[in-house]
Amino acid sequence: MSNIRTAFQNGKAFIPFITCGDPDLETTAKVIRAAVENGADLIELGIPFSDPTAEGPVIQGANIRALAGGITTDKIFDFVAEIRKDVKIPMVFMTYANVVFSYDAERFMARCCETGIGGIILPDLPFEEKDEFSAIAKQYGVDIISLIAPTSANRIAMIAKEADGFIYIVSSLGVTGTRSEITTNIDEIVKVVRENTSVPCAVGFGISTPEQAKKMAAASDGAIVGSAIIKLLEKYGKDAAPYVGEYIKSMKDAVREA
Amino acid sequence: MSQSKGRFGIHGGQYIPETLMNAIIELEQAYEHYKNDPEFNKELTDLLNNYAGRPSLLYYAEKLTRELGGAKIYLKREDLNHTGSHKINNVLGQALLAKKMGKKRLIAETGAGQHGVATATAAALLDMECVIFMGEEDTKRQALNVYRMKLLGADVIPVTSGTATLKDAVSEAMREWTTRIDDTHYCLGSVMGPHPFPTIVRDFQAVISREARAQILEAEGRLPDAVIACVGGGSNAIGSFYHFIPDDGVRLIGCEAAGRGIDTFETAATVNTGKIGIFHGMKSYFCQDKYGQIAPVYSISAGLDYPGVGPEHAHLHDIGRAEYVPITDDEAVNAFEYLSRTEGIIPAIESAHAIAYAMKLAPTMDKDKIIIVTVSGRGDKDCAAIARYRGEDIYE
Repeated sequence: MSNIRTAFQNGKAFIPFITCGDPDLETTAKVIRAAVENGADLIELGIPFSDPTAEGPVIQGANIRALAGGITTDKIFDFVAEIRKDVKIPMVFMTYANVVFSYDAERFMARCCETGIGGIILPDLPFEEKDEFSAIAKQYGVDIISLIAPTSANRIAMIAKEADGFIYIVSSLGVTGTRSEITTNIDEIVKVVRENTSVPCAVGFGISTPEQAKKMAAASDGAIVGSAIIKLLEKYGKDAAPYVGEYIKSMKDAVREA
Repeated sequence: MSQSKGRFGIHGGQYIPETLMNAIIELEQAYEHYKNDPEFNKELTDLLNNYAGRPSLLYYAEKLTRELGGAKIYLKREDLNHTGSHKINNVLGQALLAKKMGKKRLIAETGAGQHGVATATAAALLDMECVIFMGEEDTKRQALNVYRMKLLGADVIPVTSGTATLKDAVSEAMREWTTRIDDTHYCLGSVMGPHPFPTIVRDFQAVISREARAQILEAEGRLPDAVIACVGGGSNAIGSFYHFIPDDGVRLIGCEAAGRGIDTFETAATVNTGKIGIFHGMKSYFCQDKYGQIAPVYSISAGLDYPGVGPEHAHLHDIGRAEYVPITDDEAVNAFEYLSRTEGIIPAIESAHAIAYAMKLAPTMDKDKIIIVTVSGRGDKDCAAIARYRGEDIYE
């Protein structure tokens, strides 16, 4: 059992996503600290993958920039160990199954445990395949975060029943990226989730404005934002931290009102 | 407890986003139903025989055999199919299945363009919309096929992400499928991706070995000593191997694209240079670095230029039932020219990888031995690229 639930104990949670090493780890460190100072409750750290099939162009770009800068899984673990000296809020990794598999799942989970990473989000590891990593993850106190999609329908209860940490509700069809409108009936999904588990759930994919964040957090336990933050990194590069901090403050304020 | 499906030994599975899971389950259920449906099979057989031109010939290449001076070589002529390759076998099956499922739109990835052309053809015939994803690099290498697809009414989307080749076209088709599932079927072109694709595509391609086995028994009264086919994702190879798998005396040999050589980084020989990983929905062998980042592979052949291999091939390799050998660009180009000159058959550059290995193997075998080589496609599409390889610029 990880520390993830503490992120949901101060009202609705705001969860920013940051790709490690975009454009370099010094910037990532500054952005993480800015996120914490401005009210982030849980941080989702992306380990870049060469072929991120669940990502839209914005996060694909972050992956390419980070890998071009020479980032590796080892460097990211060393980085997290270092930043853990002052950053105490829960953190999870978001990456792809092959990154964990190639590192050796046990070694990966052991290092998550050492560095205080409470969970892993793997968009290419659906319910049917979670046994690939779940036993070893449990042994090291790392939660495999379950995802629920607009198309999950009859699968929601089954997924919720075995969920740990928190549940990531995918707001829309398609890949990550900002959207002007979210049309999925989140209330209906959350209702089934609540009937089957006490694990909190947060909504991500497509959220960029405070209004959207407020609405999604009102319907669930929190809002997850990735592409909108990555766009700031794309625009401001190494100087992005204050801009990301300011943005996160506006989003957290909106989520608080939810 | 969860339950992983579609395993070949340790390989296969369904490593895909949750968004696609119900679509994949629906596809599996539809396939399980229709594969035993007499009406479906009658329609498919009719299309294969009367539209695509099956059965394809098993041709005794007498001159090639004589020149190489060893085993008798038979060519399984998938190049004679409508649209010019084996791809039509799978596409007609999947398009018909999609139609039965009420889908109105086909999307597909393509490397060399053969699968894209086949999909666009089926879509035209069955009145379906069609969108083809093709790496931008490949749209340049295979400009003629891009034109053919457009002529057939398909939209061709050049993919600029990653290495702008086949793997990126697969990634982009998967992304598109998560965006629009209700009316769209992803017509995957090889024995790869998440279950049930490796099984569906294999079953539709198995017609190659079903025919070849009967044809060789008819011609020679016995089974061949070896069956050779090229392997990218591996659909024509698994189709060529499948009905021979229980026949222990038949060597099954897959020819991988070694590019500039398996000791270089410019290679796409997955079994020979890759390691086990999880990508594009499946566990299998992949060309990758030690952190699991997928390698930017290379081959002169756009159709074999893929960093993975289908999970059933990975399993056949693991259990030693099939062998996978690397063939370089140079060897393939030589074979492309050699078969054209000796037999008057211009093979696809993909298929030329299989011919190249037959040229090495046949002379080492006795004259009473028999090899079947699958010519998976015809080489018209490759002429401009091969001319360039030889330093000659021609205009198509």
